[in-house]
This record gives sequence, structure tokens and C-alpha cells, in this order.
Amino acid sequence: MTQIQEVSLDEIRHLVSERALTGDTMLLNMGPQHPSTHGVLRLLLELDGETVVNCIPDIGFLHTGIEKNMESKTYQKAEVMTDRMDYMNTVGNNFTYCLAVEKLVGLDVPARAQAIRVILAELTRIQSHLVWLGTAALDVAAMSVFLYCFREREQILDIMELVSGQRMMTTYIRPGGVWRDVPVEFEAAVRDFIKIIPKRIDEYEAMLTKNPLFLDRCLGIGVISGEEAINWGLTGATLRASGPDYDLRKYAPYSGYEQYDFEVPTHTDGDVYARYLIRIEEMRQSIRIIEQAMAKIPLGPVRSNNYKFVPPPRSEIGTSMEALIHHFKLWTEGFSAPKGSVYAATESPRGELGCFLEGDGGPKPYRVHFRAPSFDNLQVLPRLSKGHFVADLVAIIGSIDIVLGDIDR
Amino acid sequence: MSEALQSYQQRLAQAFQAETSEFAGEISLIVPAPKILEAARMIHDEFGFDFLAYVTAVDYWPEENPRFHVVYAFRSLSQKLILHLRAPVPGISPSLPSIEPVYRNANWQEREVFDMFGIKFEGHSDPRRILMPADWQGHPQRKDYPLGYEEPQYSFNFDEIKARKPAPKE
Repeated sequence: MTQIQEVSLDEIRHLVSERALTGDTMLLNMGPQHPSTHGVLRLLLELDGETVVNCIPDIGFLHTGIEKNMESKTYQKAEVMTDRMDYMNTVGNNFTYCLAVEKLVGLDVPARAQAIRVILAELTRIQSHLVWLGTAALDVAAMSVFLYCFREREQILDIMELVSGQRMMTTYIRPGGVWRDVPVEFEAAVRDFIKIIPKRIDEYEAMLTKNPLFLDRCLGIGVISGEEAINWGLTGATLRASGPDYDLRKYAPYSGYEQYDFEVPTHTDGDVYARYLIRIEEMRQSIRIIEQAMAKIPLGPVRSNNYKFVPPPRSEIGTSMEALIHHFKLWTEGFSAPKGSVYAATESPRGELGCFLEGDGGPKPYRVHFRAPSFDNLQVLPRLSKGHFVADLVAIIGSIDIVLGDIDR
Repeated sequence: MSEALQSYQQRLAQAFQAETSEFAGEISLIVPAPKILEAARMIHDEFGFDFLAYVTAVDYWPEENPRFHVVYAFRSLSQKLILHLRAPVPGISPSLPSIEPVYRNANWQEREVFDMFGIKFEGHSDPRRILMPADWQGHPQRKDYPLGYEEPQYSFNFDEIKARKPAPKE
């Protein structure tokens, strides 16, 4: 029998057509090192000439057992692992996890911390979309966009470094608030950024939106209807390009998103080009949210003062015995969460990022599960790519915006 | 709890003898595992919950019956509601019907649960492992599966530790 790494043709018999058995169609391995698979995605393609008959994604190359590992750490320490899942949305992962912890133990977050969270989450969304735009355009052979996008992304990473000391793995959002208040330079840095970025987005659009070569590669490719997209569990821009306006920031507002005035762009074509248009518009809407949040960011504390769950500030430890005891208890034993399970979800740049968290009364999570948006979005790839050319498959993978760290966890 | 959700919960309780529990503002219903496909049909067709958010499982080892809870979350995008279902599964040859015929994205979600917990889904169209290598032994997220710390091996206990180390088969 033909051996395809450790899987024999017998085991995937139900996924390929009859013609594959007679050798009429060809089985071709694409990835996991292929540059256009955005990480380590392996696709087993059944090809009739240049046309994709079947596509079988093989994932798990980046599986690091984060969910299992988190079960052996206290609630605070487990948070550090969440950054490493979706490495394009590190702030969003912390955000989702902290919302779940706060829901589980019933912790309030001060208004200033909520506004800071929103600003950073939206900056991360722009950053993620910039990387997506650069790499997806590169996939369809538009080289220069990549260089422009990474120039602006650098500016966002500088802001992240300014507030947290880290460019990517920030762990800045903590259960009960944020690590510390933003530095004084923060406001000027963000204002600088939102002043230049609208013009830069126009520049990207000038390079792509009406570019006939780009249109040729994107229009009518990988079409899916709205109803089918919901049944496949698609979320994020991939879903909204097909019609439904499901966006958790509007659907179930968290962290004060209901105060901001913004729109959820939708499109009805459901093809690669529609997904491109949606993401471009989403960047503009994120800028609107950041502008409003910056304008009315309240003063006040950035961490809850419930010292049973949140470490007291350093200045208090020297003068207050209780603060010292709380600090000691929190960093040795951790805090206990009640028995029960919660589900908290946020709108990540890729869609619904959810955290299922179950406590057992002890200081460590009993079970953590992340509902990764890329996991469900990638699942639809065989359906989207059927009947298209291999070159179009590359454009489709680009358009659904997957991050393999998110899929494999 | 909204009125609509309350009526759905009552209908499910009647049809499947489902128990309701509420924690932190979330409703979850415990439905007998063999009835899960029927319950999913009812939730999808009659209640209009068109979106499956996730499928996962929790292992309550060393309890044996039920050892696992398979957890489902359904969303209704038009009514803005979320409903959690739990199906208890025993520790010996755990299995329950697949809800893939109703929600397409249950395919990979259930494969992940099978891969991590060893719970079989009857009627699944593609029952293979998804994250771990195809020839992996054991199911990593079970509570009796070791986390995989490296135990220091000395000459006197080398074989003893090697025997219980998790490793893929040759």
C-alpha cells in the first residue's frame, strides 16, 4: 500500500475520490514547510491536473499542550501561556482569559483599565490585520505591500513595548485590571499612530483595491454563502464577508464596547475579495474606536482593589502588613476559584475567541479550553477549495487568515 | 435568564429529563449522552440555535460513572442567546452520538475531543486523531495521563522510569 508518512491510503480512503485509488488523480503533499501555508500547515491534495478535487488539512505540528499545561499552574501563572497561542493576537488572548477568570471569581474591573484594554485590543487587531494584509498580498504576488505593512506594524509593537516592556508576549492585561498604568508617553504615541494610519491604509488600497492583477486572483474565488458559513462555525471577517453581521463587540459587548460608536462592515459576495474589503474596513473602524477611547479615557485606578485576587501595589507592601500577607499568599499559593464552569468570548482579529474555564475550588484551573477561531475557520478549507486551481487555493488560505499557533494550541 | 431561554430550557427538560444548573449567569443542562443528537436537532431546528460555538470535555477522574462531561455551547445569532449542554459519559468505553449531521463544524471539534480524551463519537464521518500523531498512544488531556515532567533517571532506576514515561510507540 502507498505510504504517506504514517498514514496509509486505507485510513483516508473516505476522504478521497474513487479515482485516487486507480491513480487517475494525483495525491500531492503541500507543506508543512510551504511558505504560503502561513506556518506549519500540511495539506494533502488530490489533484486532477491543476484542479483541486479534494483537500485534506493535516494540523497539529505546533501542538504544545497549552491547555494541559495550564492545569498545573495557578490562575495568574497560567496566563503567560495564553500569549503563545495566537501569536498575532497576544493581547486578545490575555483579554479573553482574564475575562473568563473574572467571570469565574466575580471580579470587577475599573473603568480606566477597561478603556486601556480596549485601546490595546484594537491596536492588536490593526497589527494582526496588517500582517495578514502583507502576507496575503504576498501570496498573490504583490510584494511591496508586505514591506509597507510591516513598517506600520513596527509602530504598534513599539507602543506595546512602551506599555509592557515586551513587543509581542505582553501579558499586560491581568485578572482584575492591567499590570500597571500606561506611561505618560503612551498618549502621544497612540495619537501619532492614529494620525498617520488612515493615510497609510489609503496607500495600501491604492496598491490593491482596483489593481486588475489582484482582482483577477481574488474575485469569485472560494465563495461560501452566509447560511452555510454559520453552519460551518465560521466567525470573524471570514463570516462577515458572506453576510451575517456577527461580531461579539456588538452582539455581546464586553469591557465597555457598548460606549463606542462603530460599524461592523459586512459584504454579501463571500469570496476572497470580499474578505479583503472587510478587513480593510475593520482597520478603519478600529481607529474610530481607539480615537473615542483615547478621548474619554477616565482617570483612576487600573487594578481592582480586591486584594484577595489582585496583588496590592508595591508601595503598600512596605507600609501595610495585610498587603504584605496578600502579596505573599497570591504569589505562593494563588487565589482559589469556586467550583463551576464559565465561558467568556471576545472578538479576536480572526473571529470568536472563547475561553471555557472550569474551577474545582482550588488555586489551579481544573480545565481550560480555548475555542480558537482559526480552528473552525480552517475546517471549511476543503469545502472552499474544491474545484479551484492550486494557485487559487493559496489565495483562499491567505483570505481565511489562519494562525497555526491558534489552531494547534 | 430571558423568557425565551427559560421556555427552551423547560422544553428540553421535559423531552430529555435534563437537569438545569446555573453558575455565574450561565445556564447549562445535563442531557443523557445517547439523546445528544436528538437534543441538538431540537435546538437547531425548533429553537433556532444555528451556531455551534465549541465542543469540549472535562475529565472527573477518579470518578468512574460518569467520568467525563462532554460540553457543548450553542448560539442563536438572531436571538442573541447562548445555551450550554453537558452530556455525562462513563469511563469504560466512553462513547456518544456525533452531532456532525446537524452542525458541520462539530467534525473537527469532536475529533479534538476524541484525540484528547478518547471519547468515541458514533456516526462521525472522519474519526481520526487531529492534533497528536496518528500512531500516538493514550489521550493526553485525561487526568490520569502524566504531564510529562522529565524525571531524573539514575542507573539504579533507569528502566523503572523509562517504563512509565509517555512515549509514542516504536
